[in-house]
Amino acid sequence: MERDSLRSVIESLLFVADSPLSLQRLSAVLEGVERKEIVSILRDLQAEYNASGRGFRLGEVAGGYQMRSFKENAEWVRKLQRAKPTRMSRATLETLSIVAYRQPMTRAEIEDVRGVDVDGVLTTLLERRLIRIVGRKDVVGRPFLYGTTTEFLEMFNLKDLSDLPTLKEIEGTAVSEPSAGETPPDSGK
Amino acid sequence: MTTKVQLEIFEGPLDLLLHLIKKNEVSIADIPIATITEQYLATLELMQSLNLDVAGEFLVMAATLVHIKSKMLLPDEAGEEEEEEEEDSREELIRRLLEYQRFKEAAGELERREILGRDAFLRVSEPAEDAGTVEVETLSLFDLISALRQVLDRFPEEKFHEITLEKVSVREKMTLLLDELHRLGQVLFQSFFERASSRIEVIITFLAMLELVKIRAVRVRQDQRLGPIVIELAAPVEELHSRIAEEEIEGEDRGA
Repeated sequence: MERDSLRSVIESLLFVADSPLSLQRLSAVLEGVERKEIVSILRDLQAEYNASGRGFRLGEVAGGYQMRSFKENAEWVRKLQRAKPTRMSRATLETLSIVAYRQPMTRAEIEDVRGVDVDGVLTTLLERRLIRIVGRKDVVGRPFLYGTTTEFLEMFNLKDLSDLPTLKEIEGTAVSEPSAGETPPDSGK
Repeated sequence: MTTKVQLEIFEGPLDLLLHLIKKNEVSIADIPIATITEQYLATLELMQSLNLDVAGEFLVMAATLVHIKSKMLLPDEAGEEEEEEEEDSREELIRRLLEYQRFKEAAGELERREILGRDAFLRVSEPAEDAGTVEVETLSLFDLISALRQVLDRFPEEKFHEITLEKVSVREKMTLLLDELHRLGQVLFQSFFERASSRIEVIITFLAMLELVKIRAVRVRQDQRLGPIVIELAAPVEELHSRIAEEEIEGEDRGA
């Protein structure tokens, strides 16, 4: 197939796909086309959409490629959809990030980090399909283990889990060793 | 007062501690246990007097803080073992705070990403409701409680409570607040309380405001850290009035 028509075919596939299209999936459909040819065309399309200021972009999310509306136009799209904002509370977002970085985790382990009950929050996250039960931990009681989903990657525009920003090393992890004999600042109070 | 407000915002004791640490402009590593414990207990007391659902975890943390504090006050001859134990629980607390803080920051990072349903949309959109536009709350319950504290400070502690039946219920107050918001567009947190004549009225007003937040009738935001807290309507006012009418408010007919 000629490059131009191949490019057009790939664009059609991306256009109709209802979930991120993986390279694997694309090459299964485009039998006989070399993977690196497909990748090169995908790069072309990405560059073209960016450069020509289209109303959509080709994002790399959840292990595949996906057409998404351009973020600067969000306000207009929301107006069209008359979307009622559903809130994501801090508790939900925090719990989600704990699961994302430390998965798989049990409820008790999550609670240990947050210092508070996470029952309701986990239910919300499960309902929104941002996390799922990925197994059971081999300890007494065999509690469920939770992990994030493809929907999570899609929602936060992540290629895969390694695409998560690295957890910041917060200054002072070493502070937990005050020099011997030194009194804490307020001990005299 | 029997009105009980249960917030869906399950912010816990670690959140409260981080909030206090930030407010005192100290670092987690040199957490001044005595000061922080004092403020922590005061906040807890205020929360309880507001009948906010104070989860057991808050009390466990209070006990931990008091324990660490008391150990620190013990004279040196307390013995090495004791000292080590004190260091251990303090270090353990610092470790937990640092770890939690890390995830709070990670959550902030997530929130700043291009979020599907908020910043970017798919061509095959699911029905709006499910697609779920995301809006993240910017203000914590503790920010609101600190602000309330400042308002309450204007009123002298009523040691001998004179029993005058003020017939303002939380529900009525909610309606009043909505009307005010409708008229003015947005209102500063402090000015909500300007006309309050007693502590109890301040508290009723505060509870009414929390209820409004809970039923998503108003949005509370603070654009800068420690800046003014602004309250604004989150939906058309007519819709909200009917939402209030439907809402069950525990103990609401008792008034105050």
